[in-house]
Amino acid sequence: MSDKKASLATLTNGILKENPTLVLILGTCPTLATTQTVIGAVGMGIAALLVLLCSNVFISLLRRVIPESMRIPSYIVIIAGFVTVVKMLVQAYVPSLYESLGVYLDLITVNCIILGRAEMFASKNPVVSAALDGIGMGIGFTLALGAMATIREVFGAASFAGIAIPFLQNYKIAFLTKAPGGLLVYGLLIALVYAVTHGRAPLKKSFSCEGCVHAANCHVKSCETKGEVQ
Amino acid sequence: MEEIKTLLVILLSCVFVDNYVLCRFLGICPFLGVSKKLNQATGMGVSVTLVMLLATAVTWPIQYFVLNTLGLGYLQNIVFILVIATLVQILEMFLKRLSPALYEGLGVYLPLITTNCAVLGVTINNILDGYGFLESMVSSLGCGLGFLLAMVLFSGLRSRINERIVPAPFRGLGVTLIAASFISLAFMGFAGIVEKIFA
Repeated sequence: MSDKKASLATLTNGILKENPTLVLILGTCPTLATTQTVIGAVGMGIAALLVLLCSNVFISLLRRVIPESMRIPSYIVIIAGFVTVVKMLVQAYVPSLYESLGVYLDLITVNCIILGRAEMFASKNPVVSAALDGIGMGIGFTLALGAMATIREVFGAASFAGIAIPFLQNYKIAFLTKAPGGLLVYGLLIALVYAVTHGRAPLKKSFSCEGCVHAANCHVKSCETKGEVQ
Repeated sequence: MEEIKTLLVILLSCVFVDNYVLCRFLGICPFLGVSKKLNQATGMGVSVTLVMLLATAVTWPIQYFVLNTLGLGYLQNIVFILVIATLVQILEMFLKRLSPALYEGLGVYLPLITTNCAVLGVTINNILDGYGFLESMVSSLGCGLGFLLAMVLFSGLRSRINERIVPAPFRGLGVTLIAASFISLAFMGFAGIVEKIFA
C-alpha cells in the first residue's frame, strides 16, 4: 500500500508541488517562446514529456554503468538522441506543428528540466519511479505551458486553440501574443503562485547546487545563480 | 557593395530587431541568473559571443562538408551539442594556459555556456536560414552582441530594482520578468527600422 502511495506521490510531485515551470523555474526559454498559441504550447509540452520519459528511463537503467565523471556528456548525448527521434516523429505525423515549433524542437536538448531531472532524480532512482517522475514532470510542464498559452491566446488573439471567441473580438490585447507579453504573463503567474502558496513552495535555493544543471561542471564557489530565485 | 549591405542588415537585425534574448527567448537562464551586477553581465556576454563565433566556425563546415555529404543531416542535433561542449572545454583549457588574467574574468562563465540554448540555437538557425559561411559568422557576431547588449542594459535596470521595496509576491523572479518585459517592449520599437535604413 505504502508503495502505491509513494509512486502516486512521485507522479503528482511534478504536477503541483514541484511544478518544473512555475515552482522550480526550469525551462524558461520554451515556456516563453512557444506559448503564443495553445496548440503550439501543448505540442511542445507533449514532445518534452516524451523525451523526458524516455531519457529518465534510459538514464535510470544505465545509472550503474555511466561513470561519475562522464555523466553530463552521457546524459546530453542520450537526450539529444531522443530529441532527434521525437523531432522526426513530429515531422512525419504532425508537420504543421513541426513548422510552428521550428528550432525550439531541437532546443529540447538543452532544456534544463530534462537534464535537471536526469541529474536530480533518474540517476539516483529505480526505473519505475524514474518513469513516473518523467511523466509527472512532463504533465506539469504541459499544464503550465497550456495555462500560459490560454491566457495569452484568449486575451491576445481572442481565440482558443485556433477557434475564435466571438464576444472578445473587439477587445484583443495584441501585446500579449508578442514577446514582451510572454514575459509579463510569466512574471504575473509566478507572482500568483507565490501569493497562493505564501512562499511555502520549495524554493530553488533549497535544492542548492543539486537543482542546478550546471552544478556538475561548475567550479564557482558562491555562484550568482545559486541563490537567485526568490 | 551589395554584399556588405546584406551583411550589415544581418548584423543589425540580430542585435536589435531579432534580439535573441528579448525577442526569440533564447538564453533566458543566464539572462535572468547572471545579470545582477554589471561586471558579471559583461563577462557572461563576452564569453557567449566568443563561444557563438567559435561554434559557428566549426559547426557550419561540419554541416555542409560532413553531415550533408554523407547524408547524415538527422544527426545535426547530437553532433552540434557535442561540438559545443567540447569547444567550451578546450577554450577553457586554452584560456587557463595562455591568459590567466582573461581566464579569471571569463573562465567562471564558460561551464555555464555548454547548456546555453542561445549557442545551440544560433548554430542551428544559421543552417535553417541557409546562410553562407560569412553570413553565418556575421549573424553569430550579431546575436552575441545582442545578448551582451541585453545583459548590460538589464543589469543596470536590476540594480535600480534592488533599491526599491517590491510587494512580497513579486520579489525575486516576478519583478525581474516584468522588468524584462518592458525592455523587450522597448526593443519592439526597432522592428522594421533596419530594412528602412538600407532601403
